[in-house]
Amino acid sequence: MPTTDKTKRIVIEPVTRVEGHGKVTILLDEKSKVKQARLHIVEFRGFERFIQGRPFWEIPVMVQRLCGICPVSHHLAAAKAMDRIVGGENLTPTAEKMRLLMHHGQFLQSHALHFFHLCSPDLLFGFDADVAIRNVIGVAAKYPELAVQGVMMRKYGQEVIKVTAGKKIHGTGAIPGGINKNLSIAERDELLRDIDQMIEWGKSAVKIAKDYTVENLEKLAPFGSFDSNHLSIIRSDGAYDIYDGGLRAIDFEGNKIFDHVDNQVYNDYIAEEVRPWSYMKFPFIKSIGPENGWYRVGPLARVNNADYFDSPLAEAERKEFMAVTNDKPNNITMAYHWARMIEMMHSIEKIKELLNDTDLQGTDLVVKGDRREETVGIIEAPRGTLFHHYKVDKNDQITMGNLIVSTTSNNEPMNRAVQKVAEDHLSGVEITEGLLNHVEVAIRAYDPCLSCATHAMGQMPLVVELFDCEGNLLDKKQK
Amino acid sequence: MSDKITFMIDGVEVQAQPGQTIMVAADAAGIYIPRLCAHKDLAPFGSCRVCTVLVNGRPQSACTQPAAEGIMVENNTKKMTKMRANLIEMLLVEGNHYCPYCEKSGNCELQALAYRFGVMVPKYPFMFPNRDVDASHPDILIDRNRCVLCARCVRASRDLDGKNVFQFVGRGPEKRVEVNANARLADTNADVTDKAVDICPVGALLRKRVGFEVPIGKRLYDSKPIGSDIEAQKGA
Repeated sequence: MPTTDKTKRIVIEPVTRVEGHGKVTILLDEKSKVKQARLHIVEFRGFERFIQGRPFWEIPVMVQRLCGICPVSHHLAAAKAMDRIVGGENLTPTAEKMRLLMHHGQFLQSHALHFFHLCSPDLLFGFDADVAIRNVIGVAAKYPELAVQGVMMRKYGQEVIKVTAGKKIHGTGAIPGGINKNLSIAERDELLRDIDQMIEWGKSAVKIAKDYTVENLEKLAPFGSFDSNHLSIIRSDGAYDIYDGGLRAIDFEGNKIFDHVDNQVYNDYIAEEVRPWSYMKFPFIKSIGPENGWYRVGPLARVNNADYFDSPLAEAERKEFMAVTNDKPNNITMAYHWARMIEMMHSIEKIKELLNDTDLQGTDLVVKGDRREETVGIIEAPRGTLFHHYKVDKNDQITMGNLIVSTTSNNEPMNRAVQKVAEDHLSGVEITEGLLNHVEVAIRAYDPCLSCATHAMGQMPLVVELFDCEGNLLDKKQK
Repeated sequence: MSDKITFMIDGVEVQAQPGQTIMVAADAAGIYIPRLCAHKDLAPFGSCRVCTVLVNGRPQSACTQPAAEGIMVENNTKKMTKMRANLIEMLLVEGNHYCPYCEKSGNCELQALAYRFGVMVPKYPFMFPNRDVDASHPDILIDRNRCVLCARCVRASRDLDGKNVFQFVGRGPEKRVEVNANARLADTNADVTDKAVDICPVGALLRKRVGFEVPIGKRLYDSKPIGSDIEAQKGA
């Protein structure tokens, strides 16, 4: 696109090896210094509008179609919201534990996918390695054992989802006030067979991420990094929790901005800003304001926020992770990967714990109580805190829906990361594909689910176009 | 003179009582003829045409056509299967049938027919009609997006419940199921115990707040295709 002033514009569209469709534009001034870099979300979601008029019990199944990678997050966030509509938020032990099992299965499959399939090529081969090998096929060729582990861990997570939700993708397990099935002995035994293997592979995955981060700390620490606030849900005793808990926000030094905030009043603490150049909103903490109130969500924020993990292997890893920054919050963008693998370890441990819990064979599946007409369900999706807010009329129809997905919360951080990497690596040098990949590496650290932040369809070739300051196309590369 | 009629379906000899339709005789013989508007508790209606067979080479609806001595019926042939798939596709594109989040999925006769006849992606353009939902009744929901105008609810309310809650209004593309009242379903004497409530083959007439209570794997057509119950009668 021609520019009106003496600048060059570089477009990365779409960004590859992320979920969904986004593009990056980088504006260079006359001296080829980066003037501005932005991550654009170019497609429109629309779910909030077309759920209006639909019956409330349909929503947990309907809204999970936002995404094919972590549909369980939307399924459970909406189910938690609809629990309150039917007055069934105090679930039976069987229902709650089945949902927890489903959610941990999802964390396992999603984190494995993200780390092994999408990001490991950058970490194993280098950010600017030959693009012909810097992909999952290249990983499978050079590190076949690792590639198999990634695939099999993801498969295991998907099997957990299948026995709890009925299908690996887009199941129906969670219903308002409970769950529609328990776990049979046969299903349990099938999963127990391989769980110890998963624990071993989980340990080695954390080690890969940890060793990589520690060994390259000097290079990674400034890479797309910046100080930020961190937000997540937290259990009432301060333990890491991905299914239920109040909201906790801390600043870049670990000072609490708010803690154990009731999910139902999130609106009093979080607001969303609209900017004209993106379909994705920019959430911020109200008490600080839009300028400085933006925050990170996801693995890094959750590990920073947690007082402890209630599983031994993950807790030991958390302590090592926090020691790197002297128990202060870690603000290193590339540390997301390490935090993500600690979370995956925790989910594997919790899956084992849950599989050995006989409550999963219970038959008391649904509870209902006093009806409500407005509800909020908040959950931690693999990519971060997920807000679902609905109003339901007396005829059982949805009248209002507001979804703040993880990637929306990470909108400002991802833009900061893109800007920082562009400034540090692209200014005043000849721009190559490998250098442009640095920008994508920063985005991938956040594991953005662009499809759920907006909406995605179709093919996604990478197109990079380089324009001169007159707006003439100088070069175009496509892969 | 024998009181039995003998005729052929796809080369198989079938017997019928005088006055029996081809469909009823086929059912008894364990031969499945697909259907949507036909229902065992209702009189034949012949509107959906999914049960169309060739009787001595002429298209007839098997649910209304009486069996006759010596007729040759073509049912499960390549030609008829293709024609039925086309009919099912047209029904799918005519409404707003979003199986991915429809609670009837797995129990839906239209979806089950589509699977049985290999309809995966319709070749006809979707019409995306603008249809409404009547959620006014405390226990029953009408979602006209999914209505296939089979008239099962109209007939069941009239003939089984003795109520006349539902009726058709409009013509052609404007035809729709309405309630026999000036306004909404809540203004009628419809009740959740009515036989009409459970007779809808698709997700257009539903009991409220049931949703997805039946898990995937336990639904009607999860393990066996539609018509399997009839085919199981063969040789019984």
